[in-house]
Amino acid sequence: MYAMATFAVLVALGIALVRAFLGPTVFDRVLAVNSVGTKTVLLIALLGFLMGRPEFLDIAIAYALINFIGVVAVLKFVKYGDFAHSGEELGGER
Amino acid sequence: MGATAIVVLRLRSLFAVVMLSGIYSFLAASMFVALDAVDVAFTEAAVGAGISTVLMLATLALTGSRERIPVHTPPLPLLVVLVTGAALIYATFDMPAFGDPAAPANLHVAPRYLGDSGHEIGIPNVVTSVLASYRGYDTLGEVTVIFTAGVAVMLLLGGRRGQDAGRKRGDDDAGDAV
Repeated sequence: MYAMATFAVLVALGIALVRAFLGPTVFDRVLAVNSVGTKTVLLIALLGFLMGRPEFLDIAIAYALINFIGVVAVLKFVKYGDFAHSGEELGGER
Repeated sequence: MGATAIVVLRLRSLFAVVMLSGIYSFLAASMFVALDAVDVAFTEAAVGAGISTVLMLATLALTGSRERIPVHTPPLPLLVVLVTGAALIYATFDMPAFGDPAAPANLHVAPRYLGDSGHEIGIPNVVTSVLASYRGYDTLGEVTVIFTAGVAVMLLLGGRRGQDAGRKRGDDDAGDAV
């Protein structure tokens, strides 16, 4: 069962990769990166159970946090053009 | 991973390249986990997908986000790269097999580390006792190098801001005097 789930996640990873390669707009690629990160988290968790080492779950959780921070940073960059904005001055002088 | 690397090379939109390099890091991290090198995978994900993506985006904010199309595609560098790669792959044929217990690296000091470090050093984790005790001077040197690099970066970045602030204050003072 774990092997089947791993295979399914790998297929989904491939589809997300195709979208990242082709993606005409920036947001396609951002979404693809987020999706690949999520698939990686799932893959690591599944591999942990597949190889009989469920401790990998902790690592998967840490990956999820890294993925979240990365996507937030990227989206902030896309919206404001740099990282110096606090986000509260929406519709400010820029 | 190979497909990702090729697409990174062919794309000219640097933003997409940054995104794809993040994907590459995640794929490399999954590969390291599959090879049972969890700590390496962790570093790869944290540095490659997390910090370096943010740093490269911050660089993009300062520079343009399009790459110039190269005017020449010389075949000589490609030849050099191919020859070097072939030589490296040829050299791997002399290496012992993966996980070979009779490999030289597994016979020299590794048995002593594995067998005796528990009561010689008193730390249950073998890697920690190797890094912190058997190679203590080496680790001290590395920490010194990283500390020096950090101090240099802080001097470069913080010093300039201090000068700017001083100049601005000076301007303000001059304005007040007038």
